[in-house]
Amino acid sequence: MISKPLETLRIGDRAFDSRLLVGTGKFSSSEAMQNALRSSGSGLVTVALKRANLQEDADPFASILDYLERDRYLILPNTAGAMSADEAVRIARLAAAAGLPQWVKLEIHPDPNYLLPDPIETLEATETLVKEGFTVMPYINADPVLAQRLQDVGAATVMPLGSPIGSNRGLDTRSQIEIIIEQAKVPVVVDAGIGAPSHAAEAMEMGADAVLINTAIAIASDPSAMARAFAKAVEAGREAYEIGLGTATKSAEASSPLTAFLNT
Amino acid sequence: MTRFSTVFRQLDTSYFVDITKEATASDVQRVLDNGYAKSLEDFAKLISPAAEKFLEPMCRLSQRITQRHFGKTMRMFAPLYLSNECINVCRYCGFSRHNDIPRITLSIDEVEKEATLLSDQGFRSLLLVAGEHPKYVSNGYVESVIRRLAKRFPSIALELGPLESEGYGPLVRSGCEALIVYQETYHEDTYRSLHTAGPKKRFHWRMDTAERAYDAGFRRLGIGALFGLHDWREEALCLAAHTQHLNRVCWKAQVSLSLPRMRPAAGEFEQIEFLRDHHFAQLIAALRIFAPHAGITLSTREPPTLRDGLIPLGITSMSAGSSTEPGGYSSFDETNFTPTADQPGEQFQIADERPPSTVAQAISKAGYDPVWKDFDQSLLDDADALQANERPIDFNAANPLRTVGAK
Repeated sequence: MISKPLETLRIGDRAFDSRLLVGTGKFSSSEAMQNALRSSGSGLVTVALKRANLQEDADPFASILDYLERDRYLILPNTAGAMSADEAVRIARLAAAAGLPQWVKLEIHPDPNYLLPDPIETLEATETLVKEGFTVMPYINADPVLAQRLQDVGAATVMPLGSPIGSNRGLDTRSQIEIIIEQAKVPVVVDAGIGAPSHAAEAMEMGADAVLINTAIAIASDPSAMARAFAKAVEAGREAYEIGLGTATKSAEASSPLTAFLNT
Repeated sequence: MTRFSTVFRQLDTSYFVDITKEATASDVQRVLDNGYAKSLEDFAKLISPAAEKFLEPMCRLSQRITQRHFGKTMRMFAPLYLSNECINVCRYCGFSRHNDIPRITLSIDEVEKEATLLSDQGFRSLLLVAGEHPKYVSNGYVESVIRRLAKRFPSIALELGPLESEGYGPLVRSGCEALIVYQETYHEDTYRSLHTAGPKKRFHWRMDTAERAYDAGFRRLGIGALFGLHDWREEALCLAAHTQHLNRVCWKAQVSLSLPRMRPAAGEFEQIEFLRDHHFAQLIAALRIFAPHAGITLSTREPPTLRDGLIPLGITSMSAGSSTEPGGYSSFDETNFTPTADQPGEQFQIADERPPSTVAQAISKAGYDPVWKDFDQSLLDDADALQANERPIDFNAANPLRTVGAK
């Protein structure tokens, strides 16, 4: 039997073969990052603008962009480090002016410890940048109403967190993400906290359109191999979702249904 | 908002010191089993003599926590001394008023010359240091320095004599993101006996400096104690309490910790309580387990072997190739960026004289990426320093500035 190809992920005006998005922070070297990105099969990788050089002259000491192969991936600039809408908007504009894609992953976290996103500033920045023509992918807490508000102002995706960045705790926010997926009009990308391929598969089985992984790949003893493991989990989870999973139940199905008499 | 000096006055230090004395192996094991120190009591157990036997598992836990939050990366920075003029008398410091050393304050052009040498070595993050002297705190000197350097250095931190919040405002607006101030010692009697003249005598006022800086808009706050002045465990407990307090009240700032150990300097001071190497490692791991998100900085006060060993244990930022004297980099040996015999008067002697590139290689060898740039001036809310650098934006132009592609 020829299996049906998996549905393609579409974000904004682009299509992506892989539903795995990868971050570029926390790697032990630029080479380790480059190899892991290749192994992941991802077509969309995000980079923190605070680590990049947006000046005119090349800077060998801030060369992270030079290691990202632009023929393989679409670069998704992110605003990590921004604490307000103004800061995020400013750095997104600078990145676009420096020749990066007019896409942005909005990360606005005033709390530098848990890096939880500020919903008010994120909504404001999304509205501004969408009007300027950016494809905006906001990182948010798993808040279904916020997700709706962001879609109303034109966000290209919503990116609810599974648990805090770097925590590896998996889908602590599962029940809220389920609501977000149920109501979504744009792709839902589960971002942050995914610590194991099983977490990624779980998110995909739930119907998330994609997942974004960084820490779990970057700090693995073999980031390339871990990237491959995540790629497989994402694909397996998506395939299961498209086939349709049987629902688990705690009760047995009665062999003599109570309502059988209605059919006689 | 309650300041730390108020919290500190109510802090029963002896209660926590007693915990360090009475903690048992199973107390320590329980904290490690939890995976984090949820209270100051837990922290006290981790710095106890009983925890010394758990140094290896403590360091492993510290490494895991650090990697989750900071990745396999090490932020690089360099200190740049603007001036060694100082009106304080601090018995342990080379800049102390009565020490007979040449006193200089660099001109802005001289600062730029020093900064250029550091920039050529790779540094994009600077710590500007100066003694405490009224002649350059009120006349715009430091602001002018920051404005001159902001284009080349995306991240600028300051270590100056404490100011009121109003004094910090212009420095933040000039493009500065971090303020560092060490309490030196949290033991009041020791503090008073060591700081015998000058504004630094104000023990409690100094303690609240980080909060005044936060009110002015700094987004990174560095605190620390100078280990060697008083009992290290008591200092560590107060530093941990200070960290906990800042995390609560300065929720938009990242706290970073420095744990300098006494080094020989000009003057006659002999340290009281040397913090031994294995206690130093225990302290770093305990702080990491207690404050998972805090930056921990390691300076060139420490020798190369120890620095290399500590890289994977919980440290998040390191200086390299440092000079601790104003104008010191300009007299470095140009070929390998190391100090020469004719250096001016320094604050303290450094122990790791390796050039920055060698330190960066050691970091890579330990499996960590030396990160030179981890901040961008464009993030700063009031970065008027940036305005001059801002380019008109034309979204229609194809790659208007530079092409970034495959290497």
